Amino acid sequence: MSRKGLLIDYDQCSGCHSCAVACKQEHKYPEGKWGIKVEEKVFVDPKRPNSSVRIDYIPFPTEYCDLCAARAKRGERPACVKACQSWCMYQGTLAEMTVLMEKMPRAVLYSR
Amino acid sequence: MDQKVSDVKVHKMGAWSPGPGCHGGCGVEVSVKDGKVVNVEGMDDHPWYQGRACARVLAMTQYMYHPDRLKWPQKRVGNRGEDKWQRISWDEAFDICEKRMKEIAEKSGPESIIFTQGTGRDVGGMISFLAYAYGSPNWTMLGLSGHSCFTPQLAAGYVMQGDFSFPDAAQFLPDRYDDPEWKAPEIAISWGSTLNRGCVDHYWSGHWFQDLMKRGTKLIVIDPRCTWEATRAVLWLQPRPGTDGALALAFLNVVTSEGLVDKAFIDKWCSGYDQLAERVKEFTPEWAEKISWVPKEKIIQCARMYAKAKPASIEIGRPVEGNPEGNQVIMNIHRLIAITGNLDIPGGNVICRPAYQVTTYPYSTEEVIQLYGADLHRKLSEKRIGADKYPLVKQFRAWAQEDCIIDQMETGKPYPIKGLWIQANNFLANQAQDTRRHYEASKNLDFVCVVDTFMTPTAQLLADIVLPAASFPEKDSIYCIGGPLNVIHKVVEVEECKSDWEINFTLAKRLNPKAVPWGSVREMLTDRMQPSGYTFEQMVDKVWDLAPKGHKCGSRPYRRFEKGELRKDGKEGFRTPTGKVELFNTSYEGWGLDPLPYYKEITPQGPITTPELYKEYPLIMMTGRRSPVLFHSEHRQIPWLRECDPDPVVELNPETAKEKGISNGDLVWIEGTMGRFRRKAKVTPIVHPKMIMVPHAWWLPETEGKSPNSYGIWDLNCNQTIPMGHQDSAGFGGGPISGMLCKVYKA
Ligand code: SF4
Ligand code: SF4
Repeated sequence: MSRKGLLIDYDQCSGCHSCAVACKQEHKYPEGKWGIKVEEKVFVDPKRPNSSVRIDYIPFPTEYCDLCAARAKRGERPACVKACQSWCMYQGTLAEMTVLMEKMPRAVLYSR
Repeated sequence: MDQKVSDVKVHKMGAWSPGPGCHGGCGVEVSVKDGKVVNVEGMDDHPWYQGRACARVLAMTQYMYHPDRLKWPQKRVGNRGEDKWQRISWDEAFDICEKRMKEIAEKSGPESIIFTQGTGRDVGGMISFLAYAYGSPNWTMLGLSGHSCFTPQLAAGYVMQGDFSFPDAAQFLPDRYDDPEWKAPEIAISWGSTLNRGCVDHYWSGHWFQDLMKRGTKLIVIDPRCTWEATRAVLWLQPRPGTDGALALAFLNVVTSEGLVDKAFIDKWCSGYDQLAERVKEFTPEWAEKISWVPKEKIIQCARMYAKAKPASIEIGRPVEGNPEGNQVIMNIHRLIAITGNLDIPGGNVICRPAYQVTTYPYSTEEVIQLYGADLHRKLSEKRIGADKYPLVKQFRAWAQEDCIIDQMETGKPYPIKGLWIQANNFLANQAQDTRRHYEASKNLDFVCVVDTFMTPTAQLLADIVLPAASFPEKDSIYCIGGPLNVIHKVVEVEECKSDWEINFTLAKRLNPKAVPWGSVREMLTDRMQPSGYTFEQMVDKVWDLAPKGHKCGSRPYRRFEKGELRKDGKEGFRTPTGKVELFNTSYEGWGLDPLPYYKEITPQGPITTPELYKEYPLIMMTGRRSPVLFHSEHRQIPWLRECDPDPVVELNPETAKEKGISNGDLVWIEGTMGRFRRKAKVTPIVHPKMIMVPHAWWLPETEGKSPNSYGIWDLNCNQTIPMGHQDSAGFGGGPISGMLCKVYKA
């Protein structure tokens, strides 16, 4: 079977933490254990027009992300992909994901 | 409709708190196994959030089955603040409440009990129901100085055009963005709000901005603090906190002086345009630059971009109305929306009404009368605190005026206050400005009952009786404050918790059986849903519904003013005395208020009002940035949420921090003229070097609840350093919530 991936169009991630909590609910992960964790990154570049500050959020899939295997068996999309309030997460085969990625200015792909 | 998958049953419903806390109105799927909720997630076939869900909804199982949840009624057996409670039965709890409340009514009159709700939940419906059945006109949100959250927005819309409006993200159309009538705005302005908060401040989800941007909308952000969306916007204006009014006036100045207006709309649907244009001549961009610190070029650019785009929309965040002249500021933004022809058109600002005009949470006088009748309303208004003093308090919202209540609690004039019924309101940790004053005024009352889901600092310090409220999957209710009509229905029970409706219905029946002619809560809800033609049970199956196009309730856009859908008499135009958008406001004129825009420097302290003090306290304190995971004072005890936003922080610019030798994570004092409180420093360039941002409503449920610790409120609460009593001439507007001066130093 072809490898699967989780594609994150992080240019669009607003930092809402829905993915992180959806994942915890799905896997009953206790406090401190994350399948995916949202990080805030703030950069300053005085030369940037309009705002010298740039804020990025990026959800980081950890070793405990199993791409929601149980949900996949039921034919459902991963908990994080469904809950994402920015609709910036996608799941599929790596080949499908790289096609989507072509159109995204800043995205990362997690494979498993 | 409910589906059964193996031994798990999935129930679809609306999610109006308790639980997420908010006013969201999203649709959710609640999975139940063996009488327990095991999973809650978004509902794909609900138009508002389309499968998405906020972190608070996704953590519902931790909220519902939390070991610290209030599980049964309790009565206080020690002194107030001693944290000594005894479990009692519901019968005993109702007996005590009935007896004490009847005694107070006999001795001092029912008006001497204040019924105070919080935000969130459908609680406005049941608390007004109980207050009115008991006979008290004093229904309010104690601590919310000048009705400062959302009411100015409602009231300003009401006086300008008879309704309030929100940006159009197709939220009133069942097919949303696929509806052929809908258009994406060319420009959308996000004014003082945070996108990733989700949908906590109803009618609008922050993420709908993103939906719009993906469909071509360009975003303008007005916010003193850099937000994620400011870094994705085409233009970002960074005003000094509390000066939104100056910006709004300068926008009006640019748009009118450059003729960037929709003349046809103004001629046909507005009144007073010439007087408006004349009045705003003095409010030039140069003038506004001095006040707001926003360069005049950017002010002009923003006004032109907005006015030249068609359609264009504006979302007004809570801080814009939170300041003392909040009503005035919002009225001016409404003037801008109207004269640019963006009112109730696809992609503009659309008028918001509940589907079928079903109401259980009455916002306006009109809705109060719809539910309780004009006679009762007239009678109740006679003794309502603040109604004699402030025209909008009397004419618009049925709440008593919060600042006047505290005055009256202190003086006992014109009549003494004897009790508090507190439901979903944790004001001592949350919204009460001058917190000590609120505490002192409330601590010696004869009777205080708190209804909530967890023990709070407010309950610990004040309550005689604490009643456990049910969360949304444990109760029957309706969501109908705007947008779709949703029902929430009971699918499980948790311990002895009862819904806010059950509690108030039962007690109201004991206090005044005549006011409660229904046999059950469901029967009453069906009665209130009558305008929709559905029974409660039918709506449980249907889950949600929007009124059809052209329905006389006027809840479906667009251009309802052309079709006679807005006014009771069926005539075209708006629901105002003149039928027009009243740029020259006849309601204000009639109440002896200025019918045209004006500017007042509204911060009692600041670089302009108190330059000497500014030298000693060189930072402007902003408060209240929203958290994506915590709703106001809630959720501090929910592990999955708390670990996403764990600490009571203060955001400081790196320059400010360096000057004071403060590093990230240091404990610091924030001190103003009224006192000081402590926070953990978060050093970040997203705040302006002359400002700090203090997230509000922090308390630590993991620490001692007993006084004097009281879960840490006296150590953490920023509102101790913010005064109350700064409401405007209409009685609304909330004081310097983001305008006090302070200094910061290491603890
Ligand atoms: S795919 Fe599933 S396991 Fe992986 S981060 Fe998303 S929710 Fe967690
Ligand atoms: S749910 Fe989506 S938008 Fe929210 S933090 Fe996760 S990836 Fe970002």
